[in-house]
Amino acid sequence: MENKIIETVADNGLLDRRSFLLSGMALSGVTLAAGYSAASVANIESIPAAIAEPVPQWMRSAGGSDNAYGLPSAHESHVQRQLAETTPQTSLFSIWHTPIEQQRGIITPNGLHFSVHHNGIPDIAPQQHELMIHGLVDKPLKFDMESLLRYPTVSNIHFLECAGNTAANAVSLTALDQSCQDLYGQVSGSEWSGVPLKYLLNEAGIKPSAKWVIVEGADGGSHSRSIPLEKLLDDAFIALYQNGERLRPSQGYPMRLFVPGWEGNANVKWVHRLEVTDKPAYSKDESGLYSDILANGNIQRFSFHMDVKSVITQPSGRQQLPEKHGFYEISGLAWSGHGKIKQVEVSADGGKTWAIAQLQGPVLAKSLTRFSIPWQWAGTESVLISRATDEMGRVQPSRDQWRAQYASYSFNHYNAMQAWHINSDGKVENYYV
Amino acid sequence: MSKARLVIFWLLIMPTIIMADERLHLDLGKPLTAAEINQYSITVFPDGTNLPIGQGSVDQGRVLYKNQCMMCHGEEGIEGPAARLAGSDGWFSFSDPLRILRIEKHPVLLISVGSLWPYATSIFDYIRRAMPHYSPKSLDDNQVYALTAYLLYLNDLVPESAVLDVENILNVQMSGKERSVMVWPEK
Repeated sequence: MENKIIETVADNGLLDRRSFLLSGMALSGVTLAAGYSAASVANIESIPAAIAEPVPQWMRSAGGSDNAYGLPSAHESHVQRQLAETTPQTSLFSIWHTPIEQQRGIITPNGLHFSVHHNGIPDIAPQQHELMIHGLVDKPLKFDMESLLRYPTVSNIHFLECAGNTAANAVSLTALDQSCQDLYGQVSGSEWSGVPLKYLLNEAGIKPSAKWVIVEGADGGSHSRSIPLEKLLDDAFIALYQNGERLRPSQGYPMRLFVPGWEGNANVKWVHRLEVTDKPAYSKDESGLYSDILANGNIQRFSFHMDVKSVITQPSGRQQLPEKHGFYEISGLAWSGHGKIKQVEVSADGGKTWAIAQLQGPVLAKSLTRFSIPWQWAGTESVLISRATDEMGRVQPSRDQWRAQYASYSFNHYNAMQAWHINSDGKVENYYV
Repeated sequence: MSKARLVIFWLLIMPTIIMADERLHLDLGKPLTAAEINQYSITVFPDGTNLPIGQGSVDQGRVLYKNQCMMCHGEEGIEGPAARLAGSDGWFSFSDPLRILRIEKHPVLLISVGSLWPYATSIFDYIRRAMPHYSPKSLDDNQVYALTAYLLYLNDLVPESAVLDVENILNVQMSGKERSVMVWPEK
């Protein structure tokens, strides 16, 4: 087993995704950081009594105290959200990008979850906040926090993505030298817990003529979106918790609508009112920013789904490969608003040959899914691409295919394949194939 | 399990399990009164549902705009930093290769009310619920009609002499309407 030669599965060094399983860690020609050998353990045992001097400072002093609410290491203070420059630096409209290339696994830490605000963050007193349901119902009802918390809850791991994520690659004529955070920082993954909306809507009694629900937030701008009733009775819920703790104010404290797989803007934060109707309202965002302009000039409305998409997060834009050649693990995220990720393919030669990446569990519907594949870089110019397919058979388009559907400056729902160019010095850059 | 017990299970137990999921009624919701609905029910629909009585002129709107809106939206409604309210820099320039030369700052905010929005009622609805940004819900209904009239005038959609009200707001022909295609319900 140890002498088995690792097979390349596509050109330019992509290795079988089961390489590690087949060979243990004995990759041919690859030196991985070794643990302590038996010999070095013996050496430690032979050190005389005074061992204080050679060990690090933190092993020679008493530890510090903990906090009531834990914080990341001070050494990780560079891992921060970043305010996008495409909008004014005011509460008028702000977009905070998550450092997605720093994330491992499929859960984004709450403090790093991306956020988009059109009217700032309200400071809501939960005792005074109520969820109202009225309109085409038998009994108009209101629910306070205390009663909502008594309903059976669901906890589901889902991605949340802004319709405008990766807009720069949709509209910029040249590939901007940007990081993964800049280009893909408007998607995050969390475990969201809350009350299925069907319980509350059924309690109010929906009239047969009902088709839509106008969902409104309790923020200064009373953000509002028209959501098809069908979705709310399917898998939508009133989210109260994110990753085990109550929602952060920037994610809608004390409650938000969660519509799995649909564009971020429809997941109304600070939700307080559901008006059941037979027609959409054409609210501000439905009338303008959250519509898509098609190639023929038509304006596409109510395109809720976020389509199948993927990105390699390591290596990714503006990173530098530490060695001129050698072994690397290519890793990234894939997701689809239509269901589970079925397959992710990776190319290291700009799309000429492809290999199937390993999907790391869990693989969940409408959730970030981690993929990886081992890569032996020869130190030559390379172009890495990932291509995801979901369980409905939807496949990511090329950038040209995506752009052919839309007007030149339409930017929402961009889901084309991402390419990263790596030059012979190991510099990674955003790239159009 | 005997046949009789199976029958009892399917007739009595199974339905209650299903009920627990789909028809769960904890009845913890409290009645919402007509007065509460009136107070909060501000959504104005394209067919005029929920439009309040009132009226306002372009001239009245111009004064209000200068005092309450211009600081964010600019003198002509196109300067920003807040979203563009006037002009053709919406769908009209969505395929214009020279646009990048004209628009450098805040390209996301280009989409103006006049170029994309399908219904004038949406302008009324949004001003009333959300504007002005630093003091939302402070305008009375007549002021909202006046500002809606002024924005429509800035987009050449009503004449300078227009007085907008609950009736004629429904007759404004918005350029975004005939170009709109619905994705939902999906086929």
